[in-house]
Amino acid sequence: MNTRINFAGIKMKNPVTVASGTFGYGREFHNFFDLSKLGGIITKGTSLKPRSGNKPPRICETASGILNSIGLQNPGIEYFAQNDLPFLKKFDTAIIVNACGSTVDEYVELCKILNKLDIDGVELNLSCPNVKAGCMAFGNTYDGVKEITSKVRKVLDKPLIVKLTPNVTDIASIAKGAEDAGADGVSLINTLLGMKIDIHTRKPILANNTGGLSGPAVKPVAIRMVYQVSQAVNIPILGMGGIINGEDAIEFMLAGATAISIGAGNFIDPYTSINTISEIKNYMIKNNIENINDIIGKVQIN
Amino acid sequence: MVVKVQAKLLDKIKLKENIYHFKVEAPEIVKTAKPGNFIEIRVSNNTDPFIRRPISIHNIDKNKGILEFIFQIKGEGTKNLSKKNIGEEIDIIGPLGNGTFKYNEYQNIAVIGGGIGVFPLYELCKEAKEDNKHVSTYLGFRSKDFVLLEKEFKKVSDNLIITTDDGSYANTGFAINYLEEDINQGKVSSIYACGPLPMLKAIRKLSIEKNIPCQISLEERMGCGLGVCLGCAVKTAESSKENPQYWHVCKGGPVFNAKLVEI
Repeated sequence: MNTRINFAGIKMKNPVTVASGTFGYGREFHNFFDLSKLGGIITKGTSLKPRSGNKPPRICETASGILNSIGLQNPGIEYFAQNDLPFLKKFDTAIIVNACGSTVDEYVELCKILNKLDIDGVELNLSCPNVKAGCMAFGNTYDGVKEITSKVRKVLDKPLIVKLTPNVTDIASIAKGAEDAGADGVSLINTLLGMKIDIHTRKPILANNTGGLSGPAVKPVAIRMVYQVSQAVNIPILGMGGIINGEDAIEFMLAGATAISIGAGNFIDPYTSINTISEIKNYMIKNNIENINDIIGKVQIN
Repeated sequence: MVVKVQAKLLDKIKLKENIYHFKVEAPEIVKTAKPGNFIEIRVSNNTDPFIRRPISIHNIDKNKGILEFIFQIKGEGTKNLSKKNIGEEIDIIGPLGNGTFKYNEYQNIAVIGGGIGVFPLYELCKEAKEDNKHVSTYLGFRSKDFVLLEKEFKKVSDNLIITTDDGSYANTGFAINYLEEDINQGKVSSIYACGPLPMLKAIRKLSIEKNIPCQISLEERMGCGLGVCLGCAVKTAESSKENPQYWHVCKGGPVFNAKLVEI
């Protein structure tokens, strides 16, 4: 049985990765299982300088999902390179750094530094809905994505993946912007912008009023978008949005994802990612699939 | 070490309408649990409610490997949990939190709690008393009907003061007023608190005014409980409004040095 995949030039032992912002830099999970079992780890969104994040409350539960407005709290790239990367390098898994910034220059400077680090790839975060400047502001037009991706491409030799926001009318055209600018892959979806109101106080629960929705609630939207993007571009897709088991993962791969990420699923059970790997293998055995690559994009449209 | 276990429900006591006391078999968790730690409990078999429920540890029996927690039904999740039957297994992660109650360097410790915030204080009182500390406990409740665990706290306190806001039982007024009297008489070397936010704010203020070390157990909406989602932020006292810095209740807490957090 072959579960190995090659996503955007990054070789992975299986298609299961953990999504940015749901796994920290790996430390909190390595007591539960050997991180080397994962196809890859996408780090917490990391910026050029440390960011303190948004005011609390930052998180609340909704039907089969979570709304969050963390605001990209992170210790900055320097701290990551000195403290977290050496820890992550102890494991035999692909390390992809999620890179975020407020200006084009910040993204470029950050990627210059990332280019020198011993990492497997960069996930360019053009899709965080919870910060005032940058991120989603760049990610919601073809031109915005193309411009920033082109500039980063010039300074980054490593595999470049652009993470897309679902908060747009036509995600396929946005993905095209990434492809046209030379990205090696796209990842989708980031969270869907949402809101929850306390009917007794008449105030939104989140201090930031709105937040990003993730969890099983968003999965059908994510599947649809992965399918649409797969029809529009020739670069591979890292699919995510509400995956909590092997069946979900297979669904994303059939829709067109080469690899997948477990996000909020890591919160309900620290073992969700490695259980997903076993469940994918079980599906392969049951369905006589010798090579996992054979199911990518194999949805049979009506 | 933090572990995920399937803990068998050994006993279930309904303390009040909507308040349940669970005793579960969880030797791997109690082995390293400290006063102030909490656990995260899976409250559904499907995706709704989606995330785990953080609940404080009430009592640990290291010899028998038994963990006890008490919770109030607040919504769907805790309602589901309350329906568990004796003998059933509960999916628990713990012990969680790096900030726990510390009392070693103090002799006369004052433990103050309000309402359902009294539960995590029991293990602290118990361990401190076993370590020959002088434990004064002040528990405040709204009225007679809300008084909880008086007998239990009596056993683990050298001095127990129960108060009710309306005077319908025991002492009238707020627990903090009785604590303040004892501070003024020089009877208190450190303070430990858990309860509603207004109470914690008042205790924090008092402890700073009187210059008495104070540890408070905080709550904030929590996503993972593991320190990765960074949801349960609490502002550090030394950071400015313009450039706020945050710790996280699940990782730095839930127990913090009162001086160092802004609540």
